This record gives sequence, structure tokens and C-alpha cells, in this order.
Amino acid sequence: MTISFKMNGKPVTCNSADDTPLLWVIRDELGLTGTKFGCGAALCGACTVHLDGAPVRSCQTPLASVAGKEVASIESLSSDNSHVLQKAWIAHDVPQCGYCQSGQLMSAAALLAENKNPSDSDIDNAMSGNICRCGTYPRIRAAIKSAAAELRTSK
Amino acid sequence: MKNQLTSSAAEQPQLAANSVVSASRRLWLKSAASLGGLILTVGPSGLVMAADAAKFGGDAMPGGLVDNVLAFVSIGSDGIVTIVAHRSEMGQGIRTSLPMVVADELGADWAKVKVIQADADEARYGNQDTDGSRSMRHSFRPMRHIGACARQMLETVAAARWEVPVAQVKTSNHEVIHAASGRRLGFAALAADAAKLPVPGKTSIRLKPTAELLYIGKQHALGIDLKNIVTGNTQYGIDTRVDGMLYAVIARPPVFGGKLVSVDSSAALKVPGVLRIVELAGSPAPAMYHPLGGVAVIASNTWAAIKGREALKLVWDDGANASYDSAAFRLSLQAAVRQPAKAARNQGDSMAALAASKKTLSAEYYLPHLAHATMEAPAATARIVNGKCEVWACVQAPQATVATVAQHLKLKDQDVTVHVTLLGGGFGRKSKPDFAVEAALLSQAMQGAPVKLTWTREDDLQHDYLHTVSMERLEAALDERGMPSAWLHRTAAPTIASTFAAGANQQQPFELGMSATNVPFAIANIRVEVPEVAAHTRIGWFRSVSNIPHAFAIQSFAAELAHAAQRDHKSYLLDLLGPARKIDPRSMGNDFNYGESPERYPVDIARMRHVIELATSKAGWGRKLAKGKALGLAVSYSFVSYVAVVIEVDINAKGELRIPMVDMAIDCGPLINPDRIRSQLEGACIMGISLALSGEISFKQGRVEQSNFHQYEILRAYAAPREIRCHLVENSLEIELGGVGEPAMPPIAPALCNAIFAATGKRIRNLPIRDQISKA
Repeated sequence: MTISFKMNGKPVTCNSADDTPLLWVIRDELGLTGTKFGCGAALCGACTVHLDGAPVRSCQTPLASVAGKEVASIESLSSDNSHVLQKAWIAHDVPQCGYCQSGQLMSAAALLAENKNPSDSDIDNAMSGNICRCGTYPRIRAAIKSAAAELRTSK
Repeated sequence: MKNQLTSSAAEQPQLAANSVVSASRRLWLKSAASLGGLILTVGPSGLVMAADAAKFGGDAMPGGLVDNVLAFVSIGSDGIVTIVAHRSEMGQGIRTSLPMVVADELGADWAKVKVIQADADEARYGNQDTDGSRSMRHSFRPMRHIGACARQMLETVAAARWEVPVAQVKTSNHEVIHAASGRRLGFAALAADAAKLPVPGKTSIRLKPTAELLYIGKQHALGIDLKNIVTGNTQYGIDTRVDGMLYAVIARPPVFGGKLVSVDSSAALKVPGVLRIVELAGSPAPAMYHPLGGVAVIASNTWAAIKGREALKLVWDDGANASYDSAAFRLSLQAAVRQPAKAARNQGDSMAALAASKKTLSAEYYLPHLAHATMEAPAATARIVNGKCEVWACVQAPQATVATVAQHLKLKDQDVTVHVTLLGGGFGRKSKPDFAVEAALLSQAMQGAPVKLTWTREDDLQHDYLHTVSMERLEAALDERGMPSAWLHRTAAPTIASTFAAGANQQQPFELGMSATNVPFAIANIRVEVPEVAAHTRIGWFRSVSNIPHAFAIQSFAAELAHAAQRDHKSYLLDLLGPARKIDPRSMGNDFNYGESPERYPVDIARMRHVIELATSKAGWGRKLAKGKALGLAVSYSFVSYVAVVIEVDINAKGELRIPMVDMAIDCGPLINPDRIRSQLEGACIMGISLALSGEISFKQGRVEQSNFHQYEILRAYAAPREIRCHLVENSLEIELGGVGEPAMPPIAPALCNAIFAATGKRIRNLPIRDQISKA
């Protein structure tokens, strides 16, 4: 049986078993490796993607549950670093190893889509599901604030 | 079509692969295993020194240093400068920083520099081990030399074309310039002719004056992988995709040293996508970099492999470590530090001084096993074609990966190619290439088909080469001013050597020389004792290694002594260190000094005092703070760098901890890439706090009790310090370089616990902290 949904705006049809976590469908079947495996248990956020605009942990999202929906991964932000968060991440030189940053960016993007002036506690709430072992949290916080400020002034 | 200063790797004559296992740690390991019971007296530096008394630093590393421009730099007819990064990128920014040094000395425009990652090839590139906070420390001067070589070749061509003396031209911004006539030529126009020139001899190399450097220590070069990271366009070990690739996970023996008794794979084989079940033999002790054995599930995708593994019915013989129990082991460590043991340093007569002293203080400090928990768990892909194996893996030790894969596949080293991917974190875990060997063995079992091996988080936490578990007992005899006249430190911890020599049961000089024997305090009588302790799991290097428990104990105890003397911790600590002086590391009972020359790298108390003054002054040490708030201080010498840390805590009535501010000061010699030094300090701070607050791997019936991040908790954004200020001591480029990646870890836990004590009066001697603050 096949499941169809939209991946980064394009219609796709996948053959993986229904219970396959979306993470592995994206990585193994669709070949998009920007979405990372960190824990397989919705504990670390490395696999965060947007499902109809809302951030979800793709490692705990069965393929069957995304039928007909819109899935967006890190590759959808922009391929030319033009997204406000990508620019802020570069300006603050946020990443160290970079492995968790796809998930961090997708959580941050979901936050800014709802809230263009997040407080520290808004950032805590939106970002504390994403673990960074390298310890880039202070720069992530600063980059989110910079990006939010740019969004506010550009409106 | 591309004019190059160098030919491609494939065109290079194949140098005979070194059949001796080669790399500092590898060299020692091989030798340590054969030395058996003698190893206590022989550390890595000891063996290297025995082989050649004159060699230190990068020269002493297996593979040594290579500063051959032809191996590292090529310039295309389009002017693009391609620079090889020969060290593994795991977040420290080395793929940016080393090429940046070359580019700066060359006079290249960073925007026109491309970086390619070296395959494992130490004959060509020199030592590639990315560990020990050594990459920039050892490679800065070779990289500068390489950049200068390439620059002088371009300058020679331009000067000849203009018929002016070469001394009148210089490079800047990707051009060679003759200032007197205003003439300039881009690198693109010069590269082809430059490639025909001989490489300048070592004595003819002129380095750029510091004032003409643009990137080194100055303008930040944009991280070479940054743009790809934020678009998801990166290749970590887990991201390898090869045509026809199969996917695997392995069920490993749950107890270290255990063996498979039987497997019923009938249910697993019914899982859609599961293709084969493969038994992997375990390896006899010592563990080294060998696979643990077990049962692999090969499938058409990762999820099918995971589901297949869940369906295996496995019976294990748990073997000799079946009763390993952390709580019982801790008691045995405690008993060990309460008994006399063999001394590793004995200066004066601590025992007599303690016996005669009217006042003594003692304390015991415990640190549990720690798991690296890299965000990318180990991952590797391998295939075998025509008797040649190709591996893609996130490894810190590429040449050891070649050697170990070749050994297991019974191939020659030159028939194994290792492509180094990006590493999603390393911290020492990926210095051990057991996972790459597993992937290669699975490819072999599948007739050479490409196999990607994924470690799940459970695999990672339960089969790590763990940081050791330790009990540290400190005892001091105190004079009438409250200063110690005698110091006794007993340190009980399984040794990393046990991973490489079965039965090794005492910390080695390289472990003791990390903040234990080389305690730099001005105390007349110092004795460090090392009880025998057996290991029951794989023990390995973890960022800053034995400095973690030793510095935690010593820097906590120093604060306890200050408190007992009713003195300010900072001024007491400065008195403990004593006056500014340079201490020969060999005078402290142990030759180990991170492999560096004792003459060029003495332990410099002036620098240690300076970082204390810097961190405390920036933190406003001594200022009045609201109730529940306090500052904690610790200092550390490790990896030939000096770091002091002041942590501000804010603890409410419920015992909930917040960390508003951390001030970190480092003296690591010259600052090559200051932003990446800052990011390493920030990262070490957060990792150190994470480990101190919640880091613990425990064992019951030989099994690791933690399976995932709900049980092995990592610090999250809400609990991280709100601000970390990094204060970097400036030094000229002529000063010896120190390490950066590790030295900021050791002082974090003691600074945090000292701050908690200052705020609450609660002294925490057992890590992790968890809820100890709120407990009465």
C-alpha cells in the first residue's frame, strides 16, 4: 500500500510500511538527509519537521498519519540561505558540529511563524525539546532574537 | 583542465603503508598490550620518549607532521584555492581553522577557498588523529609553512614576469602585487607556472609579518560548513548513501564480555524488508577497537532493521561482568581510597605530616560513568569491491580505522580506504572505530554489498567506551593559618589502559598527569596514591579525560579548605598556587605533559594566576549578591592551557537552580580562530554543567540502566546559562600554542558546586547533582 503527501511542496508517494516513522521515510526512501536521527523517541528534536506548519518529531510520526498532509523539512527553508533564521544562524555562527541544527532551525521557524517577538521564556518553551550536545544554546537564543527583530522591522 | 600545484591523490605514488599500528595513542596501545603488567610506568609520552628522546608535540605523533604544500594545496586555473583538511570536523571548527591558516599565509581571499576532506592517509598528510586538543596546537606552524610555500611560488612567477626582485612583491586578497609599479596579477593567472616550480626549501620560507595577517587571530573566516549546515546539505556518517546500499543494526551482548548462546530469528525474518540475519563473533579481551559481536539484522531500510532486531529472540551468556553493579562498585571504590596504596608521586612525607598535624581535613568525591552521547550516534557504511574495502565513517582516528578494518577483513592497509565524513559530535567516542569495523564485517557477510550500520541511541548509551567512574579522596594537614602543610590524594578509577591490556588495573601516568600528580599547589608534602581497580566495561577517552574527576575533587577541596580557614576562596586559591614560577612538569612525579616538551611547556603559575584574576575581575568577584545568588570559582591546567571559570548561580527557596552568568578566562597561547575558541569554551561550559547536573551511566546486573535521553539527561535550552562571557588572553604568535577543545571542561563542575555551596551552604561531593540542592 502506498501513502501520498506533499514533501517540501512536491507531491510524493511512498511505499514504506504504514508504521514506518516519517523520519526514515524522509531519509531512506526520499533520500533527504537534512532531517536527523537522534533518539527515535521524541526526546531530542533532531528530527523535527513541520506537519501542516506545526513542528513534530518525525521519529514518532507514522507514515500513515501524514497521508494527504504537507510535510516540510530543513531543505524547505531555502537552499540559498535566504531564510531569516538561516541568515541569523550564519551571522551568529551558531553551529558547532551542526548535527542538531536542522531540528533547532525547524523548531525556531515554527516559533517565529507564531510569534515575532518571543520572550526568553517563549524561546525556552519552543526550543527545550531540542538537545544540542555541543552547547550552542546561547547562540541559538541570540540568533532567534536577531531573526525576530529582522522580521519585525521588515514588516 | 585544472592547473594545480599538486596532482590528485590518485596520481600520487602509493607510499608503502606503515604496517605498524601508528598513532600516538595507537602506538602506545599496541605496546601497552604486549607489556602486560609493566604498563603502570609507561605512558604514551614515556614510550615515545624511549623511542626518541628528542621528540615532542606533533613530531612525536605517529605519522608525524607533514608540511608539504603539494599534499595540501592546489590552485585551479579559475583561481580557486583548494586546501585539504586532514583532521576530523566534529564541531570544533578545524575544517575552517586549519585551511584558514594556510589561506591567510598565502594571501588568499577566504571566499575563493574550497576545503576538501582528507581520506585516511598519514603517509601523505601526517598524523590525522583528532583528539587530545592537538590539531591546531600541532598543525598551526606546518599550515603556515604550507601557505607560505604556495605564496612564494606564486610570488616567484609574478616577479619573474615583471622582471622585479621577488622581495618587492607580496600577496594580498588573492593577487600578487608589485606596489612600486602598481601591477597586480590574480592567482588564476599565476597558478599554472607556479606549479612548474620546485617547492621552496625550508630555509627560504619567509612568514608574513603578523600585521599583514587578515584572518589569524583577527577577522573571522566564515565556517566552511556553515551554509550547508543551515540548509541541511551536509554529510555526516549517518548520511552516506551508496547505490544498492543495505541497512543494518546490531543486537550486541547486553553485558560487556558476554556472548551469544542462541538466536531465534524466525520472527525477525518475517518483518517486511528484513533480508538477512548475520551473527558477528565477539572479540576476546582486551576490547581495543574490536566489535562487541552479536547479531545483525540486514534490511532494505533502517526501520525494517530496527523492527527486525526487536523481533529477535536472543539468549546471552553474560560472562564475567554479569554482576557489575554501580552501587556496589562505588562502595568498593570508597573502601579502596580509605586504604594505603602505591604512590605515584611522593614529595616530602605527607603521611608523617598528617599524623603529626593538629588539624586535618578530608573529603571524598564521586564521579559516575559518563556517556559521550554525541548527537549523531556512531554510524558507518562499508562496501568491498574486488578485495578492496571502502568505508565512509564519522571517525576521529582515520588511520586506526584503516588498520582495524584491515585486520578484521584480513586485508592489507592499502586495500582499505576510509572517507572521513562530518562528525555529529565526537568528544572522544569516535576515536574508537569499532563501528566502522562492524560495518565492514557486515559488508563482507553480504558479499561486499554496501551496508550502512546505524547505532540507535540505546546502542550508543549502552555500548559506549564510557568515561571512567571514580572516587577521589583528599586529605590535608593544616597549619595555624589554615594552609596545607601536607596533601594526600587517593584516586581510584578503572583505567583506559584496561581497554587495551586485559587486566590493567591502575590509572596510568597519562591519566594521573591530568590534574592528579601534577597538582601545582605550593605545598611541602604531596603524596598521590593509586589503588588497584578492575574495569567491568569499556573505558575510553572523554573530552578532557581524567581531568574531569581529578579537577572536580581538587578544585572542590580547595574551596573546602578556604572555607575551613574562613578565607575568601579566590585569595586562598592564589595562596595555594603560590608565587608566579615555572614548574618543570617532570618535577611532579610524572613525565606526562600532554606529549609536549617540558622546557617549552612548563606549568606556569603566573599564567594560572592571571586567568584567575581575569575571570574573577570580569565576574565582579566579591560583589554583593541577593539571597540565593553566589559565585563559584575553579581553575585548571590541562592540555597545556590555563582556564579559570566563575559561575553565578541563582537558587530559589525550592532549591531550583538557574545560572545567569558564566565568566571563562583562557590562556591557550596565541588565538588563531578566536570565535571558534569562544564557541569551544561555551560548549565545554554547557557540556560540563550538563554532566555535573545529570550525567550518570549506572549498571545493574552488568547492564547499563539508561536507555535514552529520558534517563541520560542532557542540559536543555531553558536550563543553560543565560550568558557565557569568554575572556581570551592575547599572546603573540611566537608563544607556544595550547589546547582549546578540552581545557575548559575540568573547572566547570567544581566551579558550579563551589557556587552552590556559597549560595546554600550545601557541599556537593557526589555527582551528578540532580536534586541534592533541594534535599535537606
